[in-house]
Amino acid sequence: MDVSVLQQYAPMLLRGFGITIFCWLFGTVLGIVLGLIIALIQRYSPKPVRWLLQVYIEVIRGTPFLVQLFVLYYGGPLIGLRLDALPAGLLGLTIYGSPYFAEIFRSAFRAVPEGQIEAARAIGMTEATIIQRILLPLGLVSALPALVNFSIILTKETVILSIITVPELMYQVQRMSTETFRYVEANLVLALFFWALVEAISRVGRKLETRITKHLIERT
Amino acid sequence: MFSIQTFLDSFEPLLWAARYTLLVSGLGIALGLVIGALICAAGLSRWPAARRFAAIWVSFLRGVPLLVQLLLMYYLLPVIGINVPAIAAAVITVGICASAYISEIWRGAIGALPRGQAEAAVAIGMGPRDVWGRIILPQAVVMSLPALVNELILLVKASSLVSVVGILEVTRASQAQAAMTFRPLEVYIAAACIYLAINLCLAGLGRYLEHRMAV
Repeated sequence: MDVSVLQQYAPMLLRGFGITIFCWLFGTVLGIVLGLIIALIQRYSPKPVRWLLQVYIEVIRGTPFLVQLFVLYYGGPLIGLRLDALPAGLLGLTIYGSPYFAEIFRSAFRAVPEGQIEAARAIGMTEATIIQRILLPLGLVSALPALVNFSIILTKETVILSIITVPELMYQVQRMSTETFRYVEANLVLALFFWALVEAISRVGRKLETRITKHLIERT
Repeated sequence: MFSIQTFLDSFEPLLWAARYTLLVSGLGIALGLVIGALICAAGLSRWPAARRFAAIWVSFLRGVPLLVQLLLMYYLLPVIGINVPAIAAAVITVGICASAYISEIWRGAIGALPRGQAEAAVAIGMGPRDVWGRIILPQAVVMSLPALVNELILLVKASSLVSVVGILEVTRASQAQAAMTFRPLEVYIAAACIYLAINLCLAGLGRYLEHRMAV
């Protein structure tokens, strides 16, 4: 590809890259928070509530992200939910990620030995303290690999936001390629870029994992 | 307000388009199984070059968003002189992308078999052909079935992306329907219902297989 073309489009691409990273971080962090809340409510609430949340989880996991975005962005205004592309994308990403994160937390909480929780109850800890000092620290460590794994999947989902015109990297690259007719080069560079990004994130994730789970490995 | 009538009316065109959703994901997984088997074999082979190739194949396809892969394939094929209809390009891309995940599923299944089984087979005098064909592969394939059903569910959802290259599957049909009726909410929720119905059936199949295997 012509270097001057890249130079001309550099600011646009950089802005797109910034928005991609922003969407990813925002969606991951809020998705994790929402997922954690869902998992905790599911653990401590009566059956009907648990059942309702399970329906939410199944519906979101059973439908494509693109269709969810369409419902939110194009269907939202019909029920008074008028959002710009970027906020709609961020909300969509958060909602999309939450059930996967909730399931990760649910199985991580189940992996916390029941004896530890019973022991905490026996020495008079309140439920809130148990969550804070037993359930969360132990659960988070065992959830970490799956959390890292799913956040990597979310990086790749951000490109779908371009379809509802969120001006992230994919959107900018498509704009550039229709203006310069360099479809193959533009998409190839984009592919290589994502490959590098995902590899880099998984490497950081693995480092983080070995650091946090070091105490488990040393003991065994 | 939500109009039940519009919602119900949108099912007819969308269900008609669901054929293409099933076609793309069905052919995609079939192609993915074939290429995935080859890549898995390459990854387990004794030639370092083949193992390297398999590692790069898997890493690239799992690192690049499917949407980017689709557009790349869609624009690349005509440039290198291959003129195929968009649907073929879509199926090939979905299949190639799935092959990376499927080869990992199979590698995992083969790795999960107790080593003693292969050793015992060798000890009673089986050659490598029999060890693979009669001991390892039959068990690994059966063991991988739930994971493969899961992969198929992911493909049904991923097939919504082929709408961007103009294939009239459920998502594309719902876009057209929404533009025609000016009722995007009802139409897209109908589309979501169709995907949900397909995936719940597949999830049920997955649970059945898992249950049978546990017994």
